[in-house]
Amino acid sequence: MKWTSLAASAAIALAWATQASAQGSELTLCWAAWDPANALVELSKDFEAQTGTKMNFEFVPWPNFADRMLNELNSGGQLCDLMIGDSQWIGGAAENGWYLKLNDFFDKEGISMDAFVPATVTGYSEWPKNTPNYWSLPAFGDVVGWTYRKDWFERPDIQAAFKEKTGRDLTPPATMAELKEVAEFFQGRDIDGKTVYGASIYTERGSEGITMGVMDVLYSFGFKYDNPEKPYEMEGFVNSEGAVAGLEFYKSLYDCCVAPGTSNTYMGEGIDAYKSGQVALQMNFAFTWPGFEVDPNVGGGKTGYLVNPAGPNGERFAQLGGQGISVVANSDNVDGALAYIKWFAQQDVQQKWWSMGGFSCLRAVVEDPAFATSQPYAQTFLDSMAIVKDFWAEPSYASLLQASQARFHDYVVAGNGTAKVALDGLIADWTEVFEDEGKL
Amino acid sequence: MANPIDIAARGTPPTLARKVRGLSDRAIAWIFVAPTIFLLLAINIFPLIWTIRLSFTNYAANKPNAEVKWVGLRNYERILTDEDIWSNMTTTAHFLIWTIFFQVLIGFTLAWLINRKFKGNDILTTLIVLPMMLSPAVVGNFWTFLYQPQIGVVNYIVEFFTGIPAASFSMLGPGGLAPWSIVIVDTWMWTPFVMLICLAGLRSIPDYIYEAAEVDRASKWRQFWTITVPMVLPFLMLAVLFRGIENFKMFDMVNLLTGGGPGSETLLTSIDLKREAFEKWRTGYSSAYAIILFVTVFGLASIYVKALNKVKER
Repeated sequence: MKWTSLAASAAIALAWATQASAQGSELTLCWAAWDPANALVELSKDFEAQTGTKMNFEFVPWPNFADRMLNELNSGGQLCDLMIGDSQWIGGAAENGWYLKLNDFFDKEGISMDAFVPATVTGYSEWPKNTPNYWSLPAFGDVVGWTYRKDWFERPDIQAAFKEKTGRDLTPPATMAELKEVAEFFQGRDIDGKTVYGASIYTERGSEGITMGVMDVLYSFGFKYDNPEKPYEMEGFVNSEGAVAGLEFYKSLYDCCVAPGTSNTYMGEGIDAYKSGQVALQMNFAFTWPGFEVDPNVGGGKTGYLVNPAGPNGERFAQLGGQGISVVANSDNVDGALAYIKWFAQQDVQQKWWSMGGFSCLRAVVEDPAFATSQPYAQTFLDSMAIVKDFWAEPSYASLLQASQARFHDYVVAGNGTAKVALDGLIADWTEVFEDEGKL
Repeated sequence: MANPIDIAARGTPPTLARKVRGLSDRAIAWIFVAPTIFLLLAINIFPLIWTIRLSFTNYAANKPNAEVKWVGLRNYERILTDEDIWSNMTTTAHFLIWTIFFQVLIGFTLAWLINRKFKGNDILTTLIVLPMMLSPAVVGNFWTFLYQPQIGVVNYIVEFFTGIPAASFSMLGPGGLAPWSIVIVDTWMWTPFVMLICLAGLRSIPDYIYEAAEVDRASKWRQFWTITVPMVLPFLMLAVLFRGIENFKMFDMVNLLTGGGPGSETLLTSIDLKREAFEKWRTGYSSAYAIILFVTVFGLASIYVKALNKVKER
């Protein structure tokens, strides 16, 4: 009797433990701490309800995100099962074995990369670039664009003053030259008893801010990272005449048209400056746009959205942002993480993701005829995503980024040297990095 | 007088007591000291030796599978011939010298004033030491606001006294003020520390020395230079040593205030080293960098401690 009871108890305990294990599966998703992450928490509740998996989230503020998460990946930590990592990490993550390669999984589950916006596949998933080797599923499309105070642009008194000063109508800027002209017009202007300024641009020194801002402008002036025919050959491309002119333009915009104290500003500071009615134009990633629409000061039709203006030769490009979602190779719940990606790739989930403020990369969502009019910024987002370029995604991207941060900040903000000297110096720095990598 | 070991042994179980009694004094001393030595070796000495070893390689911690090559003195050569690093060293020296100068000057003056007996002395002392109780991260963040040209109080104070418009200059931006701005914040935060040490020095001077000087009709000025300053000097030098070492490795507050900018005007060596080690992942290179900084601090501190001992012996 005694043995029978013991066996029965053991069987019950085993059954309970198995059930608890099945129901109690947990996943931790790591991302930056920002509005889209909050939307993802809400979206993931559907996944929790469907699978019984408990979702945990680890969100780190942007200035520390790369630092914290790359350390986590590099040290082989098991904090994250899923990582929504920045696009530039993909090279290092692939070559160092931090992310699981997803090709077999995509094939097995019938997930096709053709179903996603091509720029996001190249930017967020592929390594080496332009090869069918996928390390993530495009999760959040993002791009640098501009917002402007539509309500100010539409005011007759301001329109008249602008016409008087420039001889043309006040319209949303279509070229960089027009953008500067508009910014100069608003700089120091009194609007409703308050002094306002021209533009908010990126000047942050510590992480990636000023590089994202400068590159966003440089591309349209003819800057290229290297010779398309000969990889890593940078002379004449990084410091081309156009690139020098682009960097000089960025500095002139900084000198003429930003608010006082703009020496270390990035996304958050841009949002604050714009929402508080301090600036007429604002450079920022598209993820900020849904927040403006619901803001009492700048929402409800007061904000217009602009694709990056064209450069002097009519070329128009924009800096890519955004991320893909990857499975961390060290995860002890790879199956659960893959199940999440499979769920996330579904069209209805992606549709809901967009409706909640997440910028979906699924073509079925963004190419839907109703998409362009679904939000005031939807068309601008689509147009911007069609012209993106991204920073180096090499394994050594952090070294390349730190070099550009120092060179750009030194010239643009501190005012040392010339644009040519800064770009020549940048080539020297990048050459040293690639030599250390054995690529030169 | 009873042997302390016997006393300790009497308080322990009989078997253990027998064992303890059988040990020599030296063995017992080793038993007590061994855990500390082990921890010291594991946490301080081993990493130091390992860092020295890495400094002669091209090791990158984010590439565990990459071949590690012995590069000899190449990392050291690159660092010592790098103009940017020398520029960072100069920036660090500027920060170090001026913060110590102001902290000693203001700290000693405050201590001298606080040392007098007056009503509210204790409350005033508590208020003065408040800044050093704050986290450097908090200090960095709120001084960013204080320095903000449009809403920050600092620019308005300058405008009030000089007439220079508040929004026309930036304490943390271009214009050459940023290196001084970080000196001001560190001085604000750590002057109380120097003051406390000086206060301890001032209060350690026996009253009878001043009474004897009074009897000899020595003026207050002479008493200050021949009694107060020499007797407080060892304390002051200790404060300088502490602040010097601390500020040589200053990171958090300056990183939050400026991120090393504008350009590289406030890029202290510790911030640069952190970026080399944990953002660029040049582990071998940054190990050499760390060793150079360590040798510099260790060398300067050793010379300084010898000078301090000589002052104390006088």
